[in-house]
Amino acid sequence: MDAHKLKLDFPILQNQPLIYLDTAASSLTPQCVIDTMNEYYTEYPVNVHRGVYQISYKATEKYTQARQTIADFINATFEETVFTRGASSALNLIATSYGLSHVQKDDEIIVSELEHHSHILPWQQVAKKTGAKLIYVPLNKEGRITVENFKRVLTDRTKVVALTYISNVMGYETPLQEIIPLAHQKGAIVSVDAAQAAPHKTIDVKKLNCDFLAFSGHKMFGPTGIGVLYGKQKLLDSIEPIEYGGDMNDNVELFDAVWKDTPYKFETGTPPIAEAIGLAEAVRYLQKLKPEAILAHEQKLKELAVKALLKLDGVTVYNPTSETGIINFNLDDVHPHDAVSFFDEDHIAMRAGHHCAQLIIKWLKVPATLRASFYAYNTEEDVKTFTDAVKKARDFFTSVGF
Amino acid sequence: MHQLENLYRQIIMDHYKNPRHKGLTDDKNYFTHHIKNPSCGDDITIQTRIENQTIKDVRHDGSGCSICCSSASVLASLMIGKDIDHAEKLTLNYLSMIMNRPFDEDLDLDDAMAYQGVKQFPARIKCATIAWKAFENTIKEWSESHE
Repeated sequence: MDAHKLKLDFPILQNQPLIYLDTAASSLTPQCVIDTMNEYYTEYPVNVHRGVYQISYKATEKYTQARQTIADFINATFEETVFTRGASSALNLIATSYGLSHVQKDDEIIVSELEHHSHILPWQQVAKKTGAKLIYVPLNKEGRITVENFKRVLTDRTKVVALTYISNVMGYETPLQEIIPLAHQKGAIVSVDAAQAAPHKTIDVKKLNCDFLAFSGHKMFGPTGIGVLYGKQKLLDSIEPIEYGGDMNDNVELFDAVWKDTPYKFETGTPPIAEAIGLAEAVRYLQKLKPEAILAHEQKLKELAVKALLKLDGVTVYNPTSETGIINFNLDDVHPHDAVSFFDEDHIAMRAGHHCAQLIIKWLKVPATLRASFYAYNTEEDVKTFTDAVKKARDFFTSVGF
Repeated sequence: MHQLENLYRQIIMDHYKNPRHKGLTDDKNYFTHHIKNPSCGDDITIQTRIENQTIKDVRHDGSGCSICCSSASVLASLMIGKDIDHAEKLTLNYLSMIMNRPFDEDLDLDDAMAYQGVKQFPARIKCATIAWKAFENTIKEWSESHE
């Protein structure tokens, strides 16, 4: 993979200096995705599933093909692939619909301190409303979820296991391939937050055998405002929608109504049509690059960067062994919000704060952290600019009295 | 030269490293206002005792970046002893200055003038205003209870 050549696909990387190290929040958008969405808005910008005129038929076809492309991408069926506003609303749907109807008092829901707020708060609410217990997998010294620690909290009362595939702060991969069969032996279902996995891992929901899985478009070259909920067909058939209205029903009577089959019963209102079509194009772009090649590239850059950072005094890296392109670190005694202004001046975009994952920040016992995340379009030159800037920043803050 | 040198002025660093009037009190005669910015973690509490229209004391505590924490110390140092109407004017003037709106340069903001550089860093405006907004809320609460 030639990252230098790849940069040319991204309009934001032309004509301005930008070292973009915040892909874990949102990836940049390639021209082909923008073009595909523009094509919808210029050539067939109309609603789906309703009109019988030609361009509405075209919109419906493109939208339908998009779902199939995305279903194939994770080895799911068309019916198992539900469009949502993002991973957050998908994870909320699982907890609100499946959780509230299946979890009872004293049942146990296994979660972890690595979860993004969108995968912890919905289950925290389910626990509060049902009287179930939230059980946290103890993290190991590095902050990882291990199979051994998972076994220690798995019991006959476990009804739900809700874990991240890859942590958005530490970049660690959860050993789901081993955890999921253990959960199933106890009769629990497994909900997977794959928002950080989909951008650079081939996800095979059949092989993984997870029950639910969610990801967002905007972290994998796609547009904002769209995400995907995967659920096993029999589970999606058995749970209720959480939003009601147009397009999701089959027959409406005065005092009752009947829903369409999945995926449509979960998708009321005009769907994100341009976004779905854009996401399908992003999937094709991602597949052309090969997720494994992207991950290998990221990891190489991350390791180069970590090696340089570990040589610096006054810099702490919290996840030197992570297997993805995320570096979570701090300049000692410098609040990350102070530090990030320095990087911004050097046109390096990265994140400072809690990263929507306060539990792991509390686990690290720091007020907040800096996060740099590498992706396909980053180069070794980007790494050098970044690590040089870290050194300069450390020297600067020392010089002004931090 | 890095633009940031305009931001991290000596006065600011001094208040950051040696905060004045820091630490909260249980005294019920103080108004307490707390503001948190959940995205970056800045979290500041401002306590104020007002007697006979005069700011008798200001306390602060919390966590955050240097701009956020130091501005609470600067605020407390400036406001103690001021008449409440004057304190309100100073607060609004400071907030206008930070947000790059017209402000009265003749009104003596003392050490708080050091924060003029913040307007060049729009992403940091929130940091420099949290403590002052908490104080502004205090004045509003006092005014409402004395109408």
